[in-house]
Amino acid sequence: MTRAVRPTSLADALAALAEPSAVAIAGATDLMVGEGLAEAPAVVDVLRLPELLGIRRTDTCFDIGAATSFSRIRGDLGLCDMFPILGQAAATVGGWQIQNRATLGGNIANASPAGDSLPVLLALDAELVIAGSGGERVLAYRDFHVGYRQTALEPGELIVRVRMPVPSPGVQRFKKVGTRAAQAISKVVVAFAAESSAGTLTAVRVAAGSVAATPVRLTETEALLTGARPSAGLADRAAACASSEVTPIDDIRSTAAYRRHVIGRVVRRMTLSVAGG
Amino acid sequence: MSDAANARSVGATPPRPDGPAKVTGRAEYVDDLEVAGLWFGATVRSPHCAADIVRIDASRACEDPDVVVVTAADLPGPNVLMVIADDWPVLADERVNHAQEPVALVAAPTRERARRAAARVVVEYVPREPVIGIDAALAAKTRLLAECKITHGDVAAGLAGAAHVIEGTYETGLQEHIYIEPQGMIAIPQTGGGVEIVGSMQCPFYIQNALCTLLGLEPEQCRVRQATTGGGFGGKEEYPDIIAAHAALLALASGRPVKIVYERHEDILATTKRHPSRVRHRTGVDADGKLLAVEVDVVLDGGAYVTLSPVVLSRAVLHAAGPYACANVAIRGRVVETNSVPSGAFRGFGAPQTQFASERQMDKIARVVGVDPLAIRERNAYREGDITPTAQVLDSGVSALDCLRTAAERTDFRKRWAELEAERRSGGDPPARRGIGLSLYWHGSGFTGNGEQMMRSPVRLRLARSGLVEIRVSSTDFGQGTSIVLAQVVADAIGIPLDRVSVIVPDTAEVPNSGPTVASRTVMIVGGVLEKAAAELAEQVRRHAPGADFDEAARCYLDEVGELVVEKRYEPPAGGGFDEETYTGTAYPAYGFGCDIVEIEVDLDTLVVTPERATLVCDVGRAIHPVLCRGQVEGGTLQAFGQAYLEELGVDDDGHWRNDRLSTYIIPTTLDTPAMDTVLLEYPARGGPQGAKGVGELPADGGAPALVAAIENATGISPVAVPATPERLLAALEGGRTVAGD
Amino acid sequence: MTDLVRMQVNGAAVEFDGDPRTRLLDVIRERLSLTGTKEGCGEGECGACAVLIDGEVVCSCLVPVFQVDGSDITTIESLAPPDALLPLQQTFVDAGGVQCGACTPGIVLTLHALFQREPRARRARVREALAGNLCRCTGYERILRAAEEHAARLRGDVS
Repeated sequence: MTRAVRPTSLADALAALAEPSAVAIAGATDLMVGEGLAEAPAVVDVLRLPELLGIRRTDTCFDIGAATSFSRIRGDLGLCDMFPILGQAAATVGGWQIQNRATLGGNIANASPAGDSLPVLLALDAELVIAGSGGERVLAYRDFHVGYRQTALEPGELIVRVRMPVPSPGVQRFKKVGTRAAQAISKVVVAFAAESSAGTLTAVRVAAGSVAATPVRLTETEALLTGARPSAGLADRAAACASSEVTPIDDIRSTAAYRRHVIGRVVRRMTLSVAGG
Repeated sequence: MSDAANARSVGATPPRPDGPAKVTGRAEYVDDLEVAGLWFGATVRSPHCAADIVRIDASRACEDPDVVVVTAADLPGPNVLMVIADDWPVLADERVNHAQEPVALVAAPTRERARRAAARVVVEYVPREPVIGIDAALAAKTRLLAECKITHGDVAAGLAGAAHVIEGTYETGLQEHIYIEPQGMIAIPQTGGGVEIVGSMQCPFYIQNALCTLLGLEPEQCRVRQATTGGGFGGKEEYPDIIAAHAALLALASGRPVKIVYERHEDILATTKRHPSRVRHRTGVDADGKLLAVEVDVVLDGGAYVTLSPVVLSRAVLHAAGPYACANVAIRGRVVETNSVPSGAFRGFGAPQTQFASERQMDKIARVVGVDPLAIRERNAYREGDITPTAQVLDSGVSALDCLRTAAERTDFRKRWAELEAERRSGGDPPARRGIGLSLYWHGSGFTGNGEQMMRSPVRLRLARSGLVEIRVSSTDFGQGTSIVLAQVVADAIGIPLDRVSVIVPDTAEVPNSGPTVASRTVMIVGGVLEKAAAELAEQVRRHAPGADFDEAARCYLDEVGELVVEKRYEPPAGGGFDEETYTGTAYPAYGFGCDIVEIEVDLDTLVVTPERATLVCDVGRAIHPVLCRGQVEGGTLQAFGQAYLEELGVDDDGHWRNDRLSTYIIPTTLDTPAMDTVLLEYPARGGPQGAKGVGELPADGGAPALVAAIENATGISPVAVPATPERLLAALEGGRTVAGD
Repeated sequence: MTDLVRMQVNGAAVEFDGDPRTRLLDVIRERLSLTGTKEGCGEGECGACAVLIDGEVVCSCLVPVFQVDGSDITTIESLAPPDALLPLQQTFVDAGGVQCGACTPGIVLTLHALFQREPRARRARVREALAGNLCRCTGYERILRAAEEHAARLRGDVS
């Protein structure tokens, strides 16, 4: 029978996860659907590890425990004030019951290309603190997804903290296009962040989910927008660039054609909204 | 209190008696019931849409020594589930004709062991080429499961004299009921070879009938009773016959009580769905938009077996011209056979499909003629004295114009629709646009044609020793509030307070067969007979103690004579009658009418539709319980909205259904639901209790066309199919399928 | 650690020694015979299986029981005293918020949790809080009106 482990410290958790094929679970909102836990020799609950909890603010960043639920994220006013798009994304992760259980770290580790918070983390240059038996390391989140549902986590490693650098003044935009208004998996999800200096955009980040095998930054679109003055013309060019840059597929939720069209329109609208002030 | 003063339950809104149990979690649905020694059943199903069965090998399943396996070879009687035709097998024998068709059954002491055993039954198939969809069925000339025709006047002449002839083809897809409680049944074997059934159902006597045929039992040997049932919508009308049969077979084979409860995934994949439809219109109108000729061709996809298709088609065809007067109408209907799960009953029963088409056609006609959607309907809507395509004279209760005008005034429809049309045409690049759309619809109450005459449904009232008057009918409550609404009718008819009336839970051993709980017949037909029976009971009791009020008289009667049972049967009103050959006559004893006006916002970047407000005006004859009545209107409308733009069961090229979970078959959440303003009109129906008509299905007819019309108003896109998903709207936009002149 | 899971369910101590991955929903329904909590989908979409874990509303079909070792579980059965209804429950019945009842325990429990946190919650907030509870019968309108009526009473707007 599967062993169930409830460690009370990170060290104990890592020791349990050292067993091959042991599975870490937090909110389990995806793992409990389907066969995720069926073959595991051990399941390790990380929801109550003190090292994975809490939202801390330093001079340079917000430091969020990986086991922080989306409800807790929404409820942290300082966090949501600094990163409105993180709060907005958290509000779209399922209904209230799901938000109470699903965690930021779980959303990341689950590595679905449709994860609602993932483009936000890309747009905000998040960093992950990852712990393993050999110690801790810091990984830029943009290096985390290496393929369809494949991550840079080594066997036995655990995401411990998610750090978001405090941005310079700028704009943030988020839009999720789902199958319905709530409790929906995304068809397209976009996060946009930029700073603005003397009327031009700098530090532009455009990230999207459900348009490729992993959440992606639209680097060509970013390049187009960087140093540019937002305008209607720029918005149209950004739309065309975004549409051509992504590699969406037809699947049960939507079509490649729709996704391509929508990412262009959404990027265009976000660019226009920034132009508007 | 005097009896007359007591006659005030109808029109009031007393709390439903099953409410407290439901809000505290004490109500017992089939999966909550404890039965000593209960085993669990599971079903082995075909993965192929069409195949020959070569071999069924249960040896691995039987490695678990307790497991019992049943296949078609083990059936004690004919391999038939009787609904209308005899083509529906209980278990596939030699061939399967649709995906998920049941091939074998297993029972075991636990759910887990039953599932494991079912997974270990090995079935060898030789797949055949399946026929999927209406086009393929027509091309392959598969058998027609049903057909019918209406001919009224001279359509050719009407078309010849028309200023405009407008054609349109409209489609609706599969729709799943998604009752929140999945299907389930318990069968308990009885000594002597009989079986007792308890479960989630709409029609206990349908189950009894099917099982008696299958198992060679007398009705007394097959007692069927309803557990608290968590939603039906037609999905638990005929389908439970199969689960009950399966549970009964396992119970008899194992000698144990057996429960079968479907997981949601299995329920979505294996149970009946709304008939997909393709409806072609050809309409001739004069220069002002008055209908001169209506020609409609209706094709429904019936799936692999007949089940209820003839009756669904009948209702579809009888509603297909909409609530509009026209002297020349020709409607042809066919149900084609395909290798899909049999289509079945679903709220509206064919009328939502054909009225989606007829309403979209009316909007198209309006644009050609150059009038707004309100005007085209005012011009053509039925008025009292008009004649239907079956030559039935609508001599009373014709509220179509009142529904239309009430809704239009309440929403300032004409002005707002025109403003939004103009705004759309003026161009610009707003992130979103609003839209407003309208539909007018009708729905016949009671069984089609001579159905009620043929059944002559009996009802029974019993003045019990306790002093309570018991209502004994087979009408089930699966949320609509049957249990309290019928009690209100009887209480008023006798002149007693509501708490003196009780409704017996439908149990074939305890109630007469007053017919199935379908066809919006419960209040009007069954309630109508109950009203008469109650009056008779009251009269008999009062005669016994003249001058006394009912309470005293009843006590006297009980003391001096004993309990009193009154049975009464439905008698059709004089002059009715329907000719099934020519499809002429009284199709329904009464019609409800309704008008929906829906306001939406459409995100122009994503084509995502957000319904904001719905104004729903329904003529229900008499609202017995206005709160529950509104609940029917609102719930039915939201299901229709789901059909309109959210709910899709995608079909692969090989016929398999894609959206087979609640995470992928999308029904509305609170945030997808508009604020709803429901207005009930009361145009009394003869024969209905205090004039009540049916309401259960009427709202299912109007929601989809009104919402799609709003999409057209907002975007200029003219969807001809539902669900009008954003992907389809985008394809239509890119394909130029928009309103002319945009 | 031992394999025994110890928790409080509706105030009573409970021990569970089966497979630690067993869904909390199944422990509640099968082991404890508390059948008020329903299974509508088994994948966290419908909210019919909602329970409170340490006061937070969650879908019990998604919680492996070993995770609630040491926690307080509240199910629908414990909300009201025997033979009585909470005001929220009575309003729900009176306002037409109940039809078939299959979604009702999940919705009542979720609303109860909401109003404990936000007694002033208005319609927009209620709609959002109930977005994870699917109802197929009511069209939600009477449910929302029941919640509004209850909230108005809490605010003292209605006698």
